Amino acid sequence: MSGVALAMLGAVSQGVLWGLMVLGVYITYKILDIADLTVDGSFALGGCVCAAMIANKGMNPILAILIALFAGLAAGAVTGFLHTVFDIPAILSGILTQIALWSINLRIMGGKSNVPLLKAQTIFSEVVKATGLTQSQVSLIVGLIIAALMIVFLYWLFGTEIGAALRATGNNEAMIRALGVDTRKTKMIALMLSNGLVAVSGALVCQSQKFGDINMGTGAIVIGLASIVIGEVLLGRLRSFGSRLISAVVGSVVYFLIRAIVLQLGMDANDMKLLSAVIVALALCVPVAINKWKIRSAYKEGGSDNA
Amino acid sequence: MLELHNVKKTFNKGTINEKKALQGLELTLQSEDFVTIIGGNGAGKSTMLNMIAGVYPIDEGKIILDGTDISRKPEYARAKYLGRVFQDPMKGTAAGMEIQENLALAYRRGRKRGLKWAIGKDEQVFYKEQLKALDLGLEDRMTSKVGLLSGGQRQALTLLMASLQKPQLLLLDEHTAALDPKTAAKVLALTEKIIAEHHLTAMMVTHNMKDAIRLGNRLIMMHEGRIIYDVAGEEKKNLQVSDLLAKFEQASGGEFANDRMMLA
Repeated sequence: MSGVALAMLGAVSQGVLWGLMVLGVYITYKILDIADLTVDGSFALGGCVCAAMIANKGMNPILAILIALFAGLAAGAVTGFLHTVFDIPAILSGILTQIALWSINLRIMGGKSNVPLLKAQTIFSEVVKATGLTQSQVSLIVGLIIAALMIVFLYWLFGTEIGAALRATGNNEAMIRALGVDTRKTKMIALMLSNGLVAVSGALVCQSQKFGDINMGTGAIVIGLASIVIGEVLLGRLRSFGSRLISAVVGSVVYFLIRAIVLQLGMDANDMKLLSAVIVALALCVPVAINKWKIRSAYKEGGSDNA
Repeated sequence: MLELHNVKKTFNKGTINEKKALQGLELTLQSEDFVTIIGGNGAGKSTMLNMIAGVYPIDEGKIILDGTDISRKPEYARAKYLGRVFQDPMKGTAAGMEIQENLALAYRRGRKRGLKWAIGKDEQVFYKEQLKALDLGLEDRMTSKVGLLSGGQRQALTLLMASLQKPQLLLLDEHTAALDPKTAAKVLALTEKIIAEHHLTAMMVTHNMKDAIRLGNRLIMMHEGRIIYDVAGEEKKNLQVSDLLAKFEQASGGEFANDRMMLA
């Protein structure tokens, strides 16, 4: 395979693994209508926990992912606690947890900012050994399977009574409280679930890139939002819930493809975060700008006969 | 069935904006009472309903519903007993969810929500029947998002949702005030029908004095956080709008100009 094709395959598999993180962001941003900034911290948390468990304790890689999941659930619970019990605005609660996690992540990795897993077992290295496929192919296949399982799980969950109450919490909080739902609980569940998914994504990315890094989550929330936006633009405003979950993962894949392409074209990798921010800002600005333009152009001085 | 004893509520206590919203409210409702509540702006009508529903905690007093003291229960726990319709048609429904999903959420009011499917198969048939009874054609739009409905349709749906699981007490907070007169009349007729059919106990805040006299078996007038006039039965039936205006004038010292009550 040529270098370019290989880079693209790598980008797709990266996009799928990060896609789980995007699903987590989707839960808070789209369903709960909260921008949860815990994500940057909980993504790194997942990676750091996973790296520390495998490198220092020689833990089974699947078990390490499970531990990362619980760490993510706990991180979400802290944000949820600050937000629901003490009424701290969601954004600030997330920032507080995120900042706290930076120190915690360093401690988890024994004070090192980077823990390599070069020779250690990962779920990917095991599958590579068993099947003889390349590392990129395996990441893609394993990532797709896990992403598909997660989408099925979320589709089921949000179709249940509890799931409907979660969706209603994001839709009309006062109404669902009047219908007997403790919205502190639903928000807590959603924040935990979201950060659990994000941490699993971090753990998978850590195993696929073979290191855990204190900075691996920086800007994750923006990547998440950018992917959701890209997914919506590409697949349109799909109505069914399942297809919207799929479009979140597709958005993530496209995001990493765009990234790989602009890097191939010679853009500095450090500028990628700027590009992500611009994509999200544009996506949020354009509809507002169009609306304002429509309102302004609809005005006719003195009225119009053919209006 | 509902008892309010010395219920007090002051907003922004100790500040320049201090507002004594309820000042020792006393009220006892009998089962199947349908009470209309009138009064000027800031009289405490909506506050009373919100205190019963638990939107804010009360400062003092007791709220007892069917023998249970609910004064200190949180809003979501009181929801088990209460059906509520708000003034703002946007408030009572989830715009981004389907009509049938909204109904299913309301159908589970006060019940445990688990991991069962949000809408049972047999439920859809039941919802369809119920929507058909509204006579708004909503039974053919069960999977439409509620956000696509008009204000009147949304209020009718909210009424249905409030009564889907029979409430011990139905709270209607100016639920027709945001609608045009024709739609308001329809929603009121529906309100009467639902209350009569299910034998509900209901409290309805309104600014329309004619409606307040015409509907229900009891009328109360509030002023500055107190009930200043309480009338039921024959006496209520024979009331005239002018009687109420006189009462109101007497209570407020003649200053009722620029009040929405005048428009009624």
